[in-house]
Amino acid sequence: MEQNNFRTKIGVQNFNLHYGEFQALRDVNISIPENQITSIIGPSGCGKSTFLRSFNRMNELIPTVKTKGEITLDKININELDPVELRKIVGMVFQRPNPFPKSIFDNIAFGPRIHGVKNKEVLSGIVEKSLRQAALWDEVKDNLNKSGLALSGGQQQRLCIARALAVEPEVILMDEPASALDPVATLKIEDLIQQLKEKYTIVIVTHNMQQAARASDFTLFFNMAEDRAGYLVESGNTVKIFTNPKKELTEQYISGRFG
Amino acid sequence: MKKARRTRILSEKLISSILFACGIFSVLITIGIIISLFSEAIQFFIRPEVSLVKFFTGTTWRPLSSKVSPDNFGVLPLITGTVMIAVISASIAVPLGLGSAIFLSEFASDNLRSVLKPLIEILAGIPSVVYGYFAISFITPLIQTFFETRLGLDVSFFNALSASIVLAIMIIPTVASISEDAIRSVPQTLRAGAYSLGATRFEVVLKVVLPAALSGILAAFILAISRAIGETMAVTIAAGATPRVTFNPLESVQTMTAFIVQVSFGDAPAGTINGQSIFAVGAILFIMTFIMNIISDLIMNRFREVYE
Amino acid sequence: MIAKEMEIKTKATEMRSNLVRRKRIGNFFLILLIIATLIGLLMLLILIIDIAIKGADWISPQLFTNYHSRKPEKAGMKSAIVGSVIVMGLTGLFSFPIGVGAALYLEEYSKKNALTRFINININNLAGVPSIVYGMLGLVVFGRMFGVFSADSWLVSTFNLPVGETALGGLEFDLFGLSFLHLKFPFGRSLLAGALTMTLLILPVVIISSREAIRAVPNSIRLASYGLGATKWQTISRQVLPIAMPGILTGIILALSRAIGETAPLIIMGAFTYVPFLPESVWDQFTVMPIQIYNWITLPQEDYRIHLAAAGILVLLAVLLSFNAIAVFLRKKLEIKW
Repeated sequence: MEQNNFRTKIGVQNFNLHYGEFQALRDVNISIPENQITSIIGPSGCGKSTFLRSFNRMNELIPTVKTKGEITLDKININELDPVELRKIVGMVFQRPNPFPKSIFDNIAFGPRIHGVKNKEVLSGIVEKSLRQAALWDEVKDNLNKSGLALSGGQQQRLCIARALAVEPEVILMDEPASALDPVATLKIEDLIQQLKEKYTIVIVTHNMQQAARASDFTLFFNMAEDRAGYLVESGNTVKIFTNPKKELTEQYISGRFG
Repeated sequence: MKKARRTRILSEKLISSILFACGIFSVLITIGIIISLFSEAIQFFIRPEVSLVKFFTGTTWRPLSSKVSPDNFGVLPLITGTVMIAVISASIAVPLGLGSAIFLSEFASDNLRSVLKPLIEILAGIPSVVYGYFAISFITPLIQTFFETRLGLDVSFFNALSASIVLAIMIIPTVASISEDAIRSVPQTLRAGAYSLGATRFEVVLKVVLPAALSGILAAFILAISRAIGETMAVTIAAGATPRVTFNPLESVQTMTAFIVQVSFGDAPAGTINGQSIFAVGAILFIMTFIMNIISDLIMNRFREVYE
Repeated sequence: MIAKEMEIKTKATEMRSNLVRRKRIGNFFLILLIIATLIGLLMLLILIIDIAIKGADWISPQLFTNYHSRKPEKAGMKSAIVGSVIVMGLTGLFSFPIGVGAALYLEEYSKKNALTRFINININNLAGVPSIVYGMLGLVVFGRMFGVFSADSWLVSTFNLPVGETALGGLEFDLFGLSFLHLKFPFGRSLLAGALTMTLLILPVVIISSREAIRAVPNSIRLASYGLGATKWQTISRQVLPIAMPGILTGIILALSRAIGETAPLIIMGAFTYVPFLPESVWDQFTVMPIQIYNWITLPQEDYRIHLAAAGILVLLAVLLSFNAIAVFLRKKLEIKW
């Protein structure tokens, strides 16, 4: 699969995943390009979120999960890293904002603190930098002690993004980051994501095709087979996928004929 | 037809009235408790041999003394005995119960949990009198060996520590159960957020889950103390019948509940000063546990509001 | 390409030592947690073993056929066992209608208003009141009946009641002239007073567990019944109650199993310690197993306070265990899986 001239950040070879007896993902092969926004689209239940969670090994928190095949990060098999190390490098933002019931400051400082940063000044610097990157600084700078739960939905999601940025990851995974937000907040998030791609590799799962079409560089289209296993139908440059898809299934999905 | 309908409506009304009466009955119980306790307690306090002030501030409780005077009716020894035992036992029960709750809900497999949890519940089902026996049969000798022989301290056979220890064992399941509910109420998405930032399992539990469950755990702590305050037989058997103001758990003390039992065995007829004194003490006991239960409920309700 | 690989590997290595330390701390605390969990269970084991060792040899037929005696070899807990059984039987009998009635009212009839909220709060509070307080309640309300039946009370003088001549007074008569409806007021230190006291004690718990059983009945059943034209009570009595009954019964049996071990309330309301006869009517004096056990614990002779007490405890625990087993068995057997 070509990704134009971009370096492969994450490589997936023959990846299969089972929840116990049930196969959720079958034979996925793909390369995720560095410093690009890759979107994953497809009908409900086809394994998009499961696939996303495989990149930071969050699936392992579910006891019945078994995987086969290889996922590499900068050519290193992610199974060779400790999950804790991996998750520092590959961060995640969830569908519904999930700030901790702590202050804004403590939410963002949480990550750096557990990774060993203790100096108050250094932490303050990290907090400010992350909030600026997440375009939230101006709105909260006067009261960082306010509870994270006291913010609006859109602000909470940007807080979660800032929190993920604070550990200085290289990849950011986003699972339908704007689906729980209103249109105005959604646009803010999308702008933010565009800015972030400069420094980070971003992979977004979205069910909103317009969002994928306008906001991403590279698209993966998943579908659900008859045995309900998810598989990769087609991948490629977003513009090409949406204007001139190679597979008929892709064309059908994009024109809304199913899913 | 109309008559059948009318009788049916009447009988439905009758039934609902009966059931309503059953519902209200529970309120009657509370009223009954308050009236019985306080009417007799008031009789006690209006006696010339008893002074209200000396009751609450006096440190001598010698109701059986031949000299019947307000100086011998100071309730503080009973209160300190009760509170000391309650605090010590809660201090033991809360770490153990909370530790079990954390282990069972965050670390143990489902299989392990289904085995261990019922076993812990058994501790709650064992009667208090059995714990009293266990206290003087096993725990007290142990304490005596440890403190007297090893540390050279004086340990009386009846002592507060022995009672506190078995009391702690008795209330571990209560603490564990409430704490576990609180911990499980913390939404999974908070844990996921912490894991995704690269936290270890222990860090997720200690730095995210426990702080989030804190008020529920606090409610468990207060409830544990409340239960310990109301406990009777184990402390009657193990702690002794010597009312004294002390903070040394190796001495023998008397709790409010133990005093009430002591008088009841002595067959003090109604209307005598001792017969009435138990109601004064009982009233205090009721008020203390009532307040603590209300506080614990309030905390739990606020906690539930946040997470549900 | 190789440089990037090196970068991740370096990052991971930098984290490594910190990570090892973090994990070690985590493992240390995990061990503490396991110890915390096991301590309670260890105590349980020691308790059972201790009591079994000290009491097993003393379990003999005498324990069940004899009354308490001054000679330990001859001592038994016959009156206590019978007393426990009768008290529990009566308690179950009394608490069932009131408890289930209250539960039905709260789940099926009550509206969501302040009164209902008040009743709810009240029941929850009652469940947390120390059992000894119920003993004092029973003493005043059932045992002495506020003293209204003593010779100098207002009730007696107003209605000129034929009370007894002692200071305690007391009214005795045959209801409707029937000798088997012989009533005595106040209830004094009788089985009846004891059972009523215990009824009040377990009522909150019975109400709470009955409510859960009633709530567990799917609403679709009620709707189907109403849809066929049944009245509210017909729906409740013919559909809801039968389905909820296993849960209700389980709840009562569990409540009774806790009540069997209760000592304080019965001591306070006046149960006796030494009862060398079997009660023949509800007006008779009585004792129960835990009181007998407590009595033995307080006697100076080793045979009583160590051995007989332990034997008595084993009997009590056996009874408790069977109650719980019955409850679990009932629940499994009669449960409907939706």
